Amino acid sequence: MAFWIASSPHNHIQSETSALMRLVIYATLPGIFAQWYFFGWGNIIHIALASCTVLFAEFSVLSLRHKKISSELFDGSAILTAVLLGISIPALAPWWISVFGALFAIVIVKQLYGGLGHNPFNPAMAAYVMLLISFPVQMTLWQPPLNLMSFDLNFQNTLSTIFTGYTIDGFSTEQLRVHVDGFTMATPLDTLKTDLTLGLTTSESFKSPIFGQHFGIGWEWVNIGFLLGGIFLIIKKAIDWVTPVSFLISLFFCSLLAFFISPDSSASTMFHWFSGATMLGAFFILTDPVSGATSTKGRIIFAALAGLLVYLIRKFGGYPDAIAFAVLLCNMSAPLIDQYTRPRAYGHQSEKK
Amino acid sequence: MSIIERIKKGHFWKFHGGIHPPEQKFLTNDKPIRTLDLPDELILPLQQHIGQRGELLVKEGDKVLKGQQLTLLSSPMSVPIHAPTSGIIKAIKSSTIAHPSGLSDLCLFITPDNVDKWQERQSCEDFYQKSPQEIINKIANAGIAGMGGAGFPTHIKISSKPSINYLIINAAECEPYITADDLLIREQSTTAIDGIKILDYVLQPEHILIGIEDNKPDAIKALKKATKDIKKITVCVLPTKYPTGGEKQLITALTGLEVPSGQLPINLGIIMQNIATCFAIADAVINDTPLIRRVVTVTGQALAKPQNVWALLGTPVNYLLEQCGYQATKDKNLIMGGPMMGFNLANDQVPIIKTTNCILAPSKQEVSSENNEVDCIRCGQCADVCPSQLLPQELQWSAKAKDHVQLQKLNLFDCIDCGACAYVCPSQIPLVQYYRIAKAEIRQQQMLDVQAEKAKIRFEARKKRLEQEKIAREAKHKKAAEARKASMNKKNEGGSSATSAVAAALARVKAKKASAQAAKNNENSITEQPTQDIDTKSKVAGAISRAKAKKMALNKEAKENNTVVEAKVVNTAKSNKTDKDKDKDNDNDNDKKARIAAAVAKAKQKSAQRASSIEQKPEIQSVVEENTSSRDENKKAKISAAVAKAKEKAKAKKLATAEIKDSQTSADSEINRQEKKKIAIAKAIAKAKAKAKKQQKEETK
Amino acid sequence: MTTLIAIVVLGIMASLFGALLGFASIKYKVEGDPLAEQIDNLLPQTQCGQCGYPGCKPYANAVANGEAINKCAPGGDDTIKKIADLMGVEVQPLDENHDQDNSPKVAFIIEEDCIGCTKCIQACPVDAILGAAKQMHTIIIDECTGCDLCVAPCPVDCIEMRPIVQTTQNWQWDLNTIPVTQLD
Repeated sequence: MAFWIASSPHNHIQSETSALMRLVIYATLPGIFAQWYFFGWGNIIHIALASCTVLFAEFSVLSLRHKKISSELFDGSAILTAVLLGISIPALAPWWISVFGALFAIVIVKQLYGGLGHNPFNPAMAAYVMLLISFPVQMTLWQPPLNLMSFDLNFQNTLSTIFTGYTIDGFSTEQLRVHVDGFTMATPLDTLKTDLTLGLTTSESFKSPIFGQHFGIGWEWVNIGFLLGGIFLIIKKAIDWVTPVSFLISLFFCSLLAFFISPDSSASTMFHWFSGATMLGAFFILTDPVSGATSTKGRIIFAALAGLLVYLIRKFGGYPDAIAFAVLLCNMSAPLIDQYTRPRAYGHQSEKK
Repeated sequence: MSIIERIKKGHFWKFHGGIHPPEQKFLTNDKPIRTLDLPDELILPLQQHIGQRGELLVKEGDKVLKGQQLTLLSSPMSVPIHAPTSGIIKAIKSSTIAHPSGLSDLCLFITPDNVDKWQERQSCEDFYQKSPQEIINKIANAGIAGMGGAGFPTHIKISSKPSINYLIINAAECEPYITADDLLIREQSTTAIDGIKILDYVLQPEHILIGIEDNKPDAIKALKKATKDIKKITVCVLPTKYPTGGEKQLITALTGLEVPSGQLPINLGIIMQNIATCFAIADAVINDTPLIRRVVTVTGQALAKPQNVWALLGTPVNYLLEQCGYQATKDKNLIMGGPMMGFNLANDQVPIIKTTNCILAPSKQEVSSENNEVDCIRCGQCADVCPSQLLPQELQWSAKAKDHVQLQKLNLFDCIDCGACAYVCPSQIPLVQYYRIAKAEIRQQQMLDVQAEKAKIRFEARKKRLEQEKIAREAKHKKAAEARKASMNKKNEGGSSATSAVAAALARVKAKKASAQAAKNNENSITEQPTQDIDTKSKVAGAISRAKAKKMALNKEAKENNTVVEAKVVNTAKSNKTDKDKDKDNDNDNDKKARIAAAVAKAKQKSAQRASSIEQKPEIQSVVEENTSSRDENKKAKISAAVAKAKEKAKAKKLATAEIKDSQTSADSEINRQEKKKIAIAKAIAKAKAKAKKQQKEETK
Repeated sequence: MTTLIAIVVLGIMASLFGALLGFASIKYKVEGDPLAEQIDNLLPQTQCGQCGYPGCKPYANAVANGEAINKCAPGGDDTIKKIADLMGVEVQPLDENHDQDNSPKVAFIIEEDCIGCTKCIQACPVDAILGAAKQMHTIIIDECTGCDLCVAPCPVDCIEMRPIVQTTQNWQWDLNTIPVTQLD
């Protein structure tokens, strides 16, 4: 018989990091479902590919670092990274894009900085940006929604395209991207940007079939899916509501302001909310605690800054979507934000000037 | 709206953070407080509070009465202890105490005589007859220290005299499981309120607030009923949240004020007392009952009958557990205090002390025992629940990196160890443990710094003194040389004095010889054991060898014979200096003086004990030293013989007085003793020889 | 002409900067050697002389003048690290000539064996030994720095260095070292 010695407190809320991560992964399901519904199997295949890669990469690095593999490999954080990366990659991108991206995310961005909790950047977004800059062609292989495609993109075809670049019938990725009417498709954000540079007004650009009834066929539903997942997470208290709310409000006001100044060259506020990766960024990327700010005040500033950056890059930047860039820039500023948003400790008077 | 208006309306403030752990109070809050039979043994640690232990008033084997004072209120920060029942002091020894470290401290072991006889008591029905100072003295002598957990001496807390705005009575009892105060209020509300009245009389506060959480409806009812005629007292019902019962948190929740960091509530005109302390005060002042028992919640799902009990201080934990039906599992997990801030016991023989409010024996399911610590993911939940509004995760990183400067910048010392951060941490990091270690390290470092500073000052002072002495010596030498010169001039006088000195020395030697002769005669007259002869011989040999070693040492040292004189000077100078030092720090003063006195006393005692043998030691040495200049072996032998004789004489004398008429048995014991001494001497010789050799070697080098 | 201008301009600049430097050297003049002072503050002040210098201050001065930083045995690795931080040099392991064991100790005089020779009193750098000739000596524990300088001079080897006993006051919250009773 022995006496048990442990440090107080002796009871615990019984929450675990891994459970938290699992919850977040579940919350991405509605968005992934919408992606599957409108864009086919591509993203799911990429998620699977990325997941296998991250597990392999995590295992290798953890064994090299002599860490406890059993607990750290399945803490869910690596899988979550893989899921987020898989969601962000264009559905028809070649297989090595996700493999390479996942390796980069885990080995370079996460483990080389010290593993879970020590990475200054969000691994999925850092990998995405790396891919986007290194492989711009593959990373912009956006396909039109299934109902606008001239081909039937079933599971086999998708798989074949991702691994060989051609469908079973021998159509290339480029051919797949061609619309029924004969022109190449891009994302709504991309289309709008191209049109605006061509001198068209927003309303003219919105006549393009890609936009559908609202803000882009499929894209709006994908965003709604992620919004639902995000609300679920907030209800479950897995994420802090402050970050997404602050981000969305910031984006809303930026686009509103721009819309008032120049309605012809600015998209509506709701377009910004429901296109691109806005909701994914708001609820799944910016809320990543590791690379974000820690205090409530800090989070408000952090997310608002992200909203501003997203808008600025979307509007003036060279790339159509901006979540990844904005997140990385905010990650960089997070320590600084933390430094200046320290709460006043009990019994300490706020420093008077 | 003023603070008091808000309070009257029941609008309270909120403090930052806090958590809602499962309360688990239902285990014990439906049963009355049980009175237990006397245990077989009571273990009373001399120190049961923050501060210093009192001086012992009893010794082993003493009979004590219930309530008899056992230690003295010797310094302001000490608190006496009392006998919880009548009985016999069986032992006074070191034993494991109720402390997280599981270390041992001095304890009194009392075996109860089961008579439970009280010492004479004088109850005082109307305490308003007494002066406040009398009451404070009474409280001090009743051994009352804060019973909420910290154990701060109560008489100190209530002696501070600035005008008190609020007297806050802490009945929040926010830790899960614990219901001791709840039950105490329900059963003894009148006495508890009497205690508050006493405090009111002593402190004269403007308002009295009783802070209690809303999960104790019966206790609230009892308090409201007992206080309904007293306008000054307000029962403040607060929402249940951990840690409302923390001193600073309760102050904020009730008054909206914050205790500035590093200050005490008294600086805001606030004094806080635990409700159990109030009860003890009333018991002490009115019934003349010192603090010898308290309510302890014995709870947890490993117990068949969890219940609140009246436990005598000193009751071993295992006795309480036994009484409450403890089903021991393979791994014993016993917690003293609540689940949030309590500590594990390393031993179930630990006694209940004044600050013990709960013994928790959880089942395996209740308390997670595994440590699944993973890396921090900076989720920030800890910062959200921290009642001190610190940044636990940043503290944790700095603590791991041992960055003490940054830790202090992050206000580590404002952490109250409440454990809320570790409770919510999804990575299950034992944050509190990291903070505690860091705090201990910082304190240790600060202590070392102080010590280093002190050592430096002493070193510098010594250096200065040595220099002055050197100068003084040189001056003296000069003077002496001059005096010599002067005496050379007056040859006659000088010559006569020298011869007189020689004559005196000769006379001394003669006298010694005579006495030695006498001793020999004496010896012959007494029948003597042969062993003694051998013994003395070996002793002489030891003395010689030591002398040799000494000589070598002396030769090596430049100062030679001056050493002894110098040492004296050193000593006198030193004692002067230490006196000066002592004046500086009054605190250590008495302590140190006492210690020095004790050391001197010890020395005296020892020398008295060994009157015959030890006193001769220096004599031998001095004789030898006198002769170090003459290298004549014969002479030396003669002298040593003389010494031996002198010794024999002394021995013989002793024998003559003590043992002549004794039987053979006592002589035997004497022989044994002699033999022991012989061995010791042989050892000393060997040591000295080794030393001499070493020195020789060094010299040759 | 151009050359003249250049010379004049450079001359003016030189005198300006010279004046600036001169001003700075007066304004920011530092008394004494602050580095030695800082190092001295990091040293444990045991005054043990194990570094080969007669006290901590002399060693601090020596370190400030380029002596190795790893000679302070009582300070151990912690002190070496602090000095290395201060001076911006590499951390070195403790000098091999010293024993690794630098746990805090105090001297203890075995009173039975003490002959009252006062040698240890003269050796103690901080006057922490109390006693008189031919009287038993004793250590003032609170003042003893544990330098062990008194051990060697003792002619009868009655001084030993004892580790400081752990009490509840100086306990460092190391839960792993709690003596757990094993029953059965």
